[in-house]
Amino acid sequence: MHRLKWSERVGQSLNAVVLGLLAVVMFFPLYYVFVVSFTDPGEYLQKKIVLFPEHWSVEAYTYLLSTPAFARSLGNSAFLATVGTVCSLAVSSSLAYALSQKRFQFRTILMFLIVLTILFSPGIIPNYLLVRELGLINNIWALILPALANGWTVLLMKNFFDSLPAEISEAASIDGCSAIRTWYTIVLPLSMPALAAFGLFFAVGYWNQFFAALLYLNDSAKWPIQVLLQNMLLNASNIDLVAPGQQVETPPTEMLKMAAIIVAILPVLVVYPFIQKHFAKGALIGSVKG
Amino acid sequence: MSSHGQRMNTVKGKQTSARSKWLNLLSSLRRDQSLYLLALPGILFFLVFKYIPMWGIIIAFQDYSPFRGIQGSEWVGLLHFTELFANPDFALLFRNTLAISLLNLILFFPFPILISLGLNELKSVAYKRLIQTIIYMPHFLSWVIIAGLTLLLFAKGTGLINELFTLWGWQRVDILTNPDSFWVMVTLQAMWKEAGWGTIVFLAAMASVDTQLYEAARMDGAGRLRQIWHITLPAIRSVIIVLLILRLGDIMEVGFEQIFLMYNGAVSEVAEVFDTYVYRTGIEQGDFSYSTAVGLFKSVIGLVLVVVANRLVKRMGQEGVY
Repeated sequence: MHRLKWSERVGQSLNAVVLGLLAVVMFFPLYYVFVVSFTDPGEYLQKKIVLFPEHWSVEAYTYLLSTPAFARSLGNSAFLATVGTVCSLAVSSSLAYALSQKRFQFRTILMFLIVLTILFSPGIIPNYLLVRELGLINNIWALILPALANGWTVLLMKNFFDSLPAEISEAASIDGCSAIRTWYTIVLPLSMPALAAFGLFFAVGYWNQFFAALLYLNDSAKWPIQVLLQNMLLNASNIDLVAPGQQVETPPTEMLKMAAIIVAILPVLVVYPFIQKHFAKGALIGSVKG
Repeated sequence: MSSHGQRMNTVKGKQTSARSKWLNLLSSLRRDQSLYLLALPGILFFLVFKYIPMWGIIIAFQDYSPFRGIQGSEWVGLLHFTELFANPDFALLFRNTLAISLLNLILFFPFPILISLGLNELKSVAYKRLIQTIIYMPHFLSWVIIAGLTLLLFAKGTGLINELFTLWGWQRVDILTNPDSFWVMVTLQAMWKEAGWGTIVFLAAMASVDTQLYEAARMDGAGRLRQIWHITLPAIRSVIIVLLILRLGDIMEVGFEQIFLMYNGAVSEVAEVFDTYVYRTGIEQGDFSYSTAVGLFKSVIGLVLVVVANRLVKRMGQEGVY
């Protein structure tokens, strides 16, 4: 081990402290919202600023989750995230696998057409008109179908399948296995780690989907959590957040907002540790586009 | 299929190679049916949801009426584009988009590089991982949540910052409905959300540096700062340049959802960018043709910038994006 000079040691500690401070600053908003949402409503109303609550309480949460609007939007988002992710994985990986096979005749032209969709987007209105023409307005599938695949994912998945030994597919096809069967029974199980990573990114994408829902869903009963949140947090609008058979007093609006944020973050936090180890791989190529 | 083959048969002479190509294709289609079937849903997806909207762009050159459809609507040529350029809003849209992009470039862009340099110097692996875990996290939060957090912290009425200020006897400050602070505010938000995530690329580049280089430099008496300057930074220089050029190519993109969510009447002068304008004129006012033209204008500029940027990256001997 090298002996460090005094100045170097100071520099290192300084660096560690600065980075620590940065992490604290970045973490603080989440911490604050978390703590306040679990504070006793009376204490919050009295103090307005709570960093360490004396009395904890889950009142904001029990109230929030007992309102039909909030519970329903959570259900809608759960449906979106699960069904959407499964469909996305199926469509993207089947196309990517086919494109990774040398005997696929149109692969070059198709790859070019797919890359083109990354580079050029026709904008909001043509997409909106298409969804409308398809009769998908006010239909939750309007949030899934147009998001099933995207150029980047197909490109990345194809790269991944390219890295699998070609012998696997060849051997299977010599044994009389159709491409569909090879994909389903051999390639997909072999690709579980990659599928998990892609799947979790898709899931987060569906869970966070906001703008498409705003465009296509007028009926508030079909709203996913993000649209409900927008109305709650930013519009302060009159969405129906009334618990049935109301006996408890309504907790302060600010607390309800914070509890809603925590609930909406929770699923992301739960899957976060699982995706984290796949970050580097996924982000390295993905972040080029940002 | 067979009628196709017969037609090909009637073509004589030097077309034989083209003919055998066709036959090859046909036999491949027959032999590998299952492979093409596998690709079909994906191809249909791109056709319907990516290419039909591209065709829909032609309403930018029409006076589109939803009742008459694309076929029945009247053609107006470049009218909507001249309308846009003559509109006083146009200069404003351009200014706001550029301003936010440039602020991003000046404030946001160097930030992940600095963090990466710091993280790379940390000796404790556990401490490094802890910090990374925290600073990556905001990347996974939706813009709705981030806008909501911003409001809870900075709102003039009940925001934490202003509660603190009153506690200390200071004046409440108006941050979110103040045109002067809007641009900086959205840049800081983007930094909070994405800076940690942005370190991944740089850290990966730094990890690939040969440790012997550091050893040698130390032998020659170079301190940490000199090592960063002469070894680490040159090692990630190419990544920095590639990302910088691509960032320049993306200058028309300013995070639509973010701006949309932070938009309010008080800051409309500085917050209206091309995408929000398209939404307002198209979806809210129903002026489909005009807003499609605006969106098309933005997309074309964006495409040209990206292609030029990619060309530049390749000219420097780097691998481009495509």
